[in-house]
Amino acid sequence: MYQYSIKQLSDALQTKQVSSVELTQYFLTRMKSLDPQVNSFITQTPELALQMAAQADEALAAGNAHPLTGIPMAHKDIFCTDGVRTSCGSKMLDNFIAPYDAHVVTQFKNCHMPILGKTNMDEFAMGSSSESSYYGPTKNPWDLNAVPGGSSGGSAAAVAAGLVPFTTGTDTGGSIRQPAAFCGISGIKPTYGAVSRFGMISYASSFDQGGPMAMSAQDCAWLLNAMVGFDQRDSTSMQIEPTDYTAQLDKSLKGLKVGVPSDYFGEGLDPHVAASVKQAIAEIEKLGAEVVEVSLPNQKLAVAAYYVLAPAEASSNLSRYDGVRFGHRCDAPNDLNDLYTRSRAEGFGAEVKRRIMVGAYALSAGYYDAYYLKAQKVRRLVRDDFSRAFESCDVILGPVAPTVAFNIGEKTDDPVSMYLADLYTIPVNLAGLPAMSIPAGFVNQRPVGLHLVGPYFSEARLLNVAHQYQQVTNWHQQRPEWVGDK
Amino acid sequence: MQWETVIGLEIHAQLATKSKIFSAASTAYGAEPNSQACLVDLAMPGVLPVLNKRALEMGIAFGLAINAEVPKKSVFARKNYFYPDSPKGYQISQFDLPVVGKGQIEIEVNGEKKIIGVTRAHLEEDAGKSLHEDFHGMTGIDLNRSGTPLLEIVSEPDMRSAAEAIAYAKAIHELVQFIGICDGNLQEGSFRMDVNVSIRRPGEPYGTRTELKNINSFKFVEKAIAYEVDRHIDVIESGGTIVQETRLYDADKDETRSMRAKEEANDYRYFPDPDLLPVMISDEDIEAVRQRLPELPAVLRARFVADYGLSDYDANLLTSSKAMAQYFETMLQTAGDAQAKLCANWMSGELAKSLNRDELAIEASPISATDLAGLVVRIVDNTISGKIAKQVFEAMWQGEGSADQVIEAKGLKQITDSGAIEQIVDEVLAANSQQVEAYKGGQEKMFGFFVGQVMKLSKGQANPAQVNALLKQKLGQ
Repeated sequence: MYQYSIKQLSDALQTKQVSSVELTQYFLTRMKSLDPQVNSFITQTPELALQMAAQADEALAAGNAHPLTGIPMAHKDIFCTDGVRTSCGSKMLDNFIAPYDAHVVTQFKNCHMPILGKTNMDEFAMGSSSESSYYGPTKNPWDLNAVPGGSSGGSAAAVAAGLVPFTTGTDTGGSIRQPAAFCGISGIKPTYGAVSRFGMISYASSFDQGGPMAMSAQDCAWLLNAMVGFDQRDSTSMQIEPTDYTAQLDKSLKGLKVGVPSDYFGEGLDPHVAASVKQAIAEIEKLGAEVVEVSLPNQKLAVAAYYVLAPAEASSNLSRYDGVRFGHRCDAPNDLNDLYTRSRAEGFGAEVKRRIMVGAYALSAGYYDAYYLKAQKVRRLVRDDFSRAFESCDVILGPVAPTVAFNIGEKTDDPVSMYLADLYTIPVNLAGLPAMSIPAGFVNQRPVGLHLVGPYFSEARLLNVAHQYQQVTNWHQQRPEWVGDK
Repeated sequence: MQWETVIGLEIHAQLATKSKIFSAASTAYGAEPNSQACLVDLAMPGVLPVLNKRALEMGIAFGLAINAEVPKKSVFARKNYFYPDSPKGYQISQFDLPVVGKGQIEIEVNGEKKIIGVTRAHLEEDAGKSLHEDFHGMTGIDLNRSGTPLLEIVSEPDMRSAAEAIAYAKAIHELVQFIGICDGNLQEGSFRMDVNVSIRRPGEPYGTRTELKNINSFKFVEKAIAYEVDRHIDVIESGGTIVQETRLYDADKDETRSMRAKEEANDYRYFPDPDLLPVMISDEDIEAVRQRLPELPAVLRARFVADYGLSDYDANLLTSSKAMAQYFETMLQTAGDAQAKLCANWMSGELAKSLNRDELAIEASPISATDLAGLVVRIVDNTISGKIAKQVFEAMWQGEGSADQVIEAKGLKQITDSGAIEQIVDEVLAANSQQVEAYKGGQEKMFGFFVGQVMKLSKGQANPAQVNALLKQKLGQ
């Protein structure tokens, strides 16, 4: 059953072939037996899941239930979940039981989707490997020596291992797409403002965006239907026409203009990854799309700009973790300053501290213009690059990451090489565009991701392209052997 | 050589919104600690600010009231600093693009008018309160006030004396209440003043300034400035230099003392708040606020002088608050514009005196504007004399009814029946034949004595004009 699509699970539940309690029980069993090897969950909530499943079954019995009713899911541990620990992968929030639900959590609760637990992640979503979690690294189900990517590594690995049909993730610089690529699943980062950030713990406010992670584009479309929507509690939430993201999935790709940036296939890209991606593009061309060359000349500046702007916002966003009202507090503080410095020194991990310091520096008097303002200018250049490119194409295709999943520990001592893992994904966040990662082959038995980027609010089009590709390929249906049904 | 004092003010006016500037929690004063702090005010992980539209409109209203430019784009910025009563670790304020740009306000000191420039006014959130008493070596944090909307009004260094500073502060205090954006309550901290003071030789560049923080009384502002100016002069004349610093005014000791020097000041790392999009203010938005703006004190004053022939003094008094002006104009609806002066006199006389005595605001006056106008009407139509009117006023103040009801109940109606008055006059003249002789013998000042006797006998109710005429007639014969 773990190989069922969301659509198949929905049909099985709606036609009473299986109850939500049975389905939830099934996934809870898988989680219990398989997760110790993957470490994709920080918190498991079997009681909550079964209780919600029972409610889902009532809703299903009453008829007219939402198509997603009864399908189990899990949230990245960055989404506040009422009554459940929401740690953000940090010691700082190890003792934090959220007193409210994030908007995204409410949306899925309204669909009666049982919550199996909270997934592992890089601390405060800062990382590309899920190794910076206070709860230990998550492992890549395709190779337990490899990282699952990050920061939504737990969400990606849990789906890849078939522990849960789908998870939520967040993407600030690639945190949905890169782990989706590394774990061979499908993930979409919607347009900035499409999904409310209320209750999603902020890393870098002007970049953060939540989205679904699942086995296929079709699954993502179903989930996006429940996730997108205006929320007055988030000032950056956009008022957009309600869209059925599944409606356009079957549309033909004839006449689709696919932009392929020459800049993407240069230095730094693993040639085997490049070959897989090129093959995927050729496949899409065969479906009727026309490939045009586009240029994104300022992309090379994106990583540098991002690592000024995101830490700047983070340095301020993370100031609320001061040991005063919630979260970690040091023992027996001597005075206020001691309370602050020790609580924060003990509560935050190395990468978080690094980014707070970088960000505070970039904002400080005398450096603001040279760093923060200059980076904002680069941000505009990157956005303008995309606008220009989309004048001649409908979607841009390329690699999600320069390599397949690297080994655990391989880059932990070299932050800059870790940062470059997000070379292709970061520009998209600078521009606030929607983008997807879908599986497109393997290199050394580790999955390769194909990156699809579209203009603002083109999610339905991206899902359509991805779905059509998934109709003629089966990369997305492959699973690591060891997670198979017992 | 003389020293010139240079003063600039930063005023924090608490905006009179029902809810906070970025959350839905109530702003009501005096609630149980932390009972009015919602998830957003507590800065829980994941919560986000949403701008209170009313606070923005109030900011715009102030801009219009001081003839300032209201920029099309307004941006909220984060001011980063750690303090327990600042739960997010930053305050949401405005930095580069405040809601109100350059404006001005007129003040008057000793009959001299002067224009004081307002540099800018920006919206920001208030902090919570740290409570150091009752917690045995610990500090209590009350976040009820956290997120209360403030308008920080920054003046140019245009004031040259404490008197000018007070006049400016009072003018702003009057204005913000007049346009209904602040309750002006000094005791509850709704109106707080920071004073920047420096001295220089006239014509020279500005001297180093010190900032006196958080003063919530006009009297203390005056005293703090006086102390600080003396201190500056002492320091400089004895060869020292003034250190730019923030100082606290201690009212009990009537002195200022150093809080922190500029070198210790925080680098606030201001940057645009990414949780709040820039606010775009359209001409229509501004027009909508302008439509709802009441007539401003200066305009109202000019109109009162021009239309009703009031003196500057009366016009000032009657426009000192919106409620005063409304009371006055309501009176005129009943008494008629021709009685504007008399209405003004009653307001500045008996009414002001009684309100003061009983410590009441005009809104709480036991005598309504319509009822006081009813009293004025009875004076004008000779039903009662001005003297009796004071008696009627007193009864009305005690809740004994309208002017007509009191006059009726107490039988205070003026006697205008000439027959009845003549009878009293005759009685008085007959009883005081000696005085009549004296008068006729040339002691003309005796006339007042006869008037007094007639009024006394009539219990003050005889029409004085008729009494005079009759006495003259009878004594002249």
